[in-house]
Amino acid sequence: MRPLTEAETRAVFEKLGKYIGENIQLLVDRPDGTYCFRLHRDRVYYLSEKLLKLAASVPRDSLVAPGTCFGKFTKSQKFRLSITALDFLAPYAKYKVWVKPGSEQSFLYGNHVLKSGLGRITENTAQYQGVVVYSMADVPLGFGVAAKSTQECRKVDPLAIVVFHQADVGEYVRNEDTLT
Amino acid sequence: MAAVRVEAVLAAAEEQEAEKRRSITVEKELELEFDLGNLLALDRNPPPAAALRGAGPRREALLRALARDNTQLLGIRRRKKTSLVWDEKKKKKKRRWGYRRAGGDPARKKKKKKPAGADPEEDQFARLRREKRERVARNELNRLRNLARAHRAGSAVPAAPLHPTGHQDREELRRVARVARVSTASLGRFQPRLPKEPAEPPSRSGGKKRKKKKKKGNLAAERSRQLKLLQDMGSKKPVLDITRAVNKQMRQEEAEAAAHKGKKQSQRGKRGRRQQRPGRSGKKSGARRQQQKPAGGGTGG
Repeated sequence: MRPLTEAETRAVFEKLGKYIGENIQLLVDRPDGTYCFRLHRDRVYYLSEKLLKLAASVPRDSLVAPGTCFGKFTKSQKFRLSITALDFLAPYAKYKVWVKPGSEQSFLYGNHVLKSGLGRITENTAQYQGVVVYSMADVPLGFGVAAKSTQECRKVDPLAIVVFHQADVGEYVRNEDTLT
Repeated sequence: MAAVRVEAVLAAAEEQEAEKRRSITVEKELELEFDLGNLLALDRNPPPAAALRGAGPRREALLRALARDNTQLLGIRRRKKTSLVWDEKKKKKKRRWGYRRAGGDPARKKKKKKPAGADPEEDQFARLRREKRERVARNELNRLRNLARAHRAGSAVPAAPLHPTGHQDREELRRVARVARVSTASLGRFQPRLPKEPAEPPSRSGGKKRKKKKKKGNLAAERSRQLKLLQDMGSKKPVLDITRAVNKQMRQEEAEAAAHKGKKQSQRGKRGRRQQRPGRSGKKSGARRQQQKPAGGGTGG
């Protein structure tokens, strides 16, 4: 477990910034405690100072996961955000997409969101903008990337993809062995 | 007398043949279960219980016969490989091994048309032969190089000679050059560089070692560093937001189109207005438009 280097921090913040914009500083600088990012076996974890001190006393081989995993660095040093970060991204999300109840299940199975399943979308969403996907009851389901901007979404035909799937809460069941 | 003997001999031979065939054909009530990966055969036939009772030569013989029978069923059969195989591409039979397996001397092949752009004076057969020779030579060179590399990797190399031997490869020469540079009175610090030498000496560990930082360290300092980084990243975002500009343009066009249609519909009257386009109602989009767009940020990525 070690702190992130400059380059790694930049990569992580850039990725997070796509979903929550400048609200990252609310994650870095919290009023209710000091939280930090740590790297353990190529995975980035977000944990409080208290937990950090506890985790420091665990030998590296036995340590499974200190804190919440935000994502991991791939072999080519790209940062990939994982679903376990949703709880921290959802409250600060800038661009949101609401999905109709009929296609909730489809999204939770890992499919993209089609225009026919789109309920609402935040105004001014740019194309390829990171978005957080909600159900109509405002329950965060996962996140994705907007395939079309809001304007285009209005014009496009019902079977076109409007949100590319990146992560959904169904992964807790599908990938339960590999999630940390 | 001779005839009788011949008959007897023939009968004996036939008997032997039958015996041999009997010894390889086995009949079982229940089919055996085979695990071919482990060469295992499971015989679920009920054994003759009476005969197995009590140790003794009879039991042994019975078990041996059982084992032999089952082994026959598991047996490996000889598949005679034909020496010629059908080549689909060339519609001919080729040998699996031996003479002209890989095709043979290209110069002996049938007449080919000249490949496009070939020199009319050039001898195609000679060219093919020469190319094959070059390919073989290259292959051989690579093979020897591989051997050398493997051999070097296998045995811990004793100190390589520092003078040029003519048989050194790139890595060795680099190492030697580095040693030579450092072997001056000031340990290479004021040594002028050769024309193509890299500017700063590459680190001995190849840039892998990193300064060990304390894990807990100074969290406050880390936080301030990260906030500063965020500030820098935020300030670099472009001021002109292309998507926003495009959206604005599109909205303008839509508004114009709607206005134009509105004129037509008002001419048509009540019926026209009822068939308005969905999604244009003011409640949802109006509420969302109230959201402030942050200054310059948010959509750069």
